[in-house]
Amino acid sequence: MEKSDDDIIVCRCEDVTLGEIREKIREGLTTTEELKRVLRVGMGPCRGKTCIPIVRRELSRMLSIPIEDVLPPKDRPPVVMVKFKSILEGSEK
Amino acid sequence: MNFDVGIIGGGVVGCAIAYNLARLGEKDVVVFEKQYPGAGSTGRCGAGVRQQWGLEMNCRLARGSVKIFEQLSSELGVDIEFRQGGYLVLAHTEKQLEQFERNVSLQNSLGIPSRVITVEEALEIVPYLNPEVFIAATFCPTDGHANPLLTNYAYAKAAERLGVKIMKFTEVTGVERLNGVFRLRTNRGDFEVGCLVNAAGGYSKPVAAMVGVDLPTYSERHQILVTAPVPRMFDCMVISFTSGIYVQQVPHGSFVLGIAEDEEPGYNTNSSWQFLEHVAREVTSILPVFGELSVVRQWAGLYNKTPDSQPILGEVLPGFFVAVGFSGHGFMIAPKTAEIMAKLILGIKPDIDISPLSLDRFEKGELIVEPSVVG
Ligand SMILES: Cc1cc2nc3c(=O)[nH]c(=O)nc-3n(C[C@H](O)[C@H](O)[C@H](O)COP(=O)(O)OP(=O)(O)OC[C@H]3O[C@@H](n4cnc5c(N)ncnc54)[C@H](O)[C@@H]3O)c2cc1C
Repeated sequence: MEKSDDDIIVCRCEDVTLGEIREKIREGLTTTEELKRVLRVGMGPCRGKTCIPIVRRELSRMLSIPIEDVLPPKDRPPVVMVKFKSILEGSEK
Repeated sequence: MNFDVGIIGGGVVGCAIAYNLARLGEKDVVVFEKQYPGAGSTGRCGAGVRQQWGLEMNCRLARGSVKIFEQLSSELGVDIEFRQGGYLVLAHTEKQLEQFERNVSLQNSLGIPSRVITVEEALEIVPYLNPEVFIAATFCPTDGHANPLLTNYAYAKAAERLGVKIMKFTEVTGVERLNGVFRLRTNRGDFEVGCLVNAAGGYSKPVAAMVGVDLPTYSERHQILVTAPVPRMFDCMVISFTSGIYVQQVPHGSFVLGIAEDEEPGYNTNSSWQFLEHVAREVTSILPVFGELSVVRQWAGLYNKTPDSQPILGEVLPGFFVAVGFSGHGFMIAPKTAEIMAKLILGIKPDIDISPLSLDRFEKGELIVEPSVVG
């Protein structure tokens, strides 16, 4: 059953498949922070809205940890993408 | 549990020392990492790799590291995304240019292919530069950039394959020295090691204090950001020692940018809006088109600093080694430094004399004056 959905793209921004996530979990990565750093899941412009829940579910399932104990990665500012130009305009006001 | 060597810190330095020890035959090694490899400064860094230094030893460490980086992906079995697009260093004043000319002749004498270039030549390499803000530049085509997360991960994995034990989520909380061994207390039980290495990055001082050694190191926040990916604009790192800014497009297409700022010593790694404004101002001054690029994410990490912004390397008590205080250049010199540290631990004479970087230089007043440091 696992094999069949390995090709599913979990993170569309960074093009990461479920299979790649499973491989890294099998190699010993145990947290969303580690998977984010090695695979870039959740680093894209959508900030992990779709992929992080799937990554958490997969960690929970494969490592038998309750989902609430699989923490999402730390949120990084800015909350939305902002152009340098707008940052400068903001600061001149 | 007992090990021959215990390393505190699973950043690039700790993992690379572990890997080199194992490669040289010492496989009874444990790395204690309070989070996971890459969680510290390494995973947060710009990962620029520059050989354009003003001091011979730094040139040698950086040049030796580049040679290692060039084949590291195949050596470690993970693509660490090392790219040699060069470093373009802007000269804003005549005085700076004179210093750069001296640096370039030293670098050339050590086999580093840097050169002084004109504004026009710089514009050929990076057409987006604002010609009004600089008078010349230096360029070294074999400088570059790697992916720090993958590099740290690759060293950790390769070390593990050779038999090193990497203990994630294991924080060393106390050290006792008895009968020639170090007894370590951690949240996962006690360990005994024959040799101990402090590679704790931003936490080098509290870790050394556990062993009773007072290091003159301290930590400072350094912020950084990444933009949304854009089509390839240029391949080299652009830096200025005047504003302390560095700008690099990574293989992924995004730009990674940071800048030197005045910071209070401490362990704060929060991000600030002031930093965004500061970077926006400086980057649009040297690269005006950057106004149109968007910031996706910002974060911060610690520079572990020393009074002369150069690392402290070596044995500070019998069996207690330190590799700390790398300021803003610990990633680029990690491969060679780790090889040297592993040799020192095993009693093998290294090919670069790093005795000028010993701890007692501060007592003796022999501080190192490196003219080309960022932050
Ligand atoms: C924003 C930023 C940009 C940078 N840009 C560059 C650059 O372009 N080029 C460059 O060469 N360098 C750069 N640097 C510097 C570089 O990141 C560091 O010099 C280098 O990563 C240091 O590696 P390290 O292994 O010593 O430290 P770290 O990666 O910090 O590793 C130390 C590890 O020790 C662990 N630890 C600490 N205390 C304990 C304990 N008691 N028990 C167990 N584990 C412990 C920590 O969790 C950490 O993972 C930058 C730094 C920052 C912050």
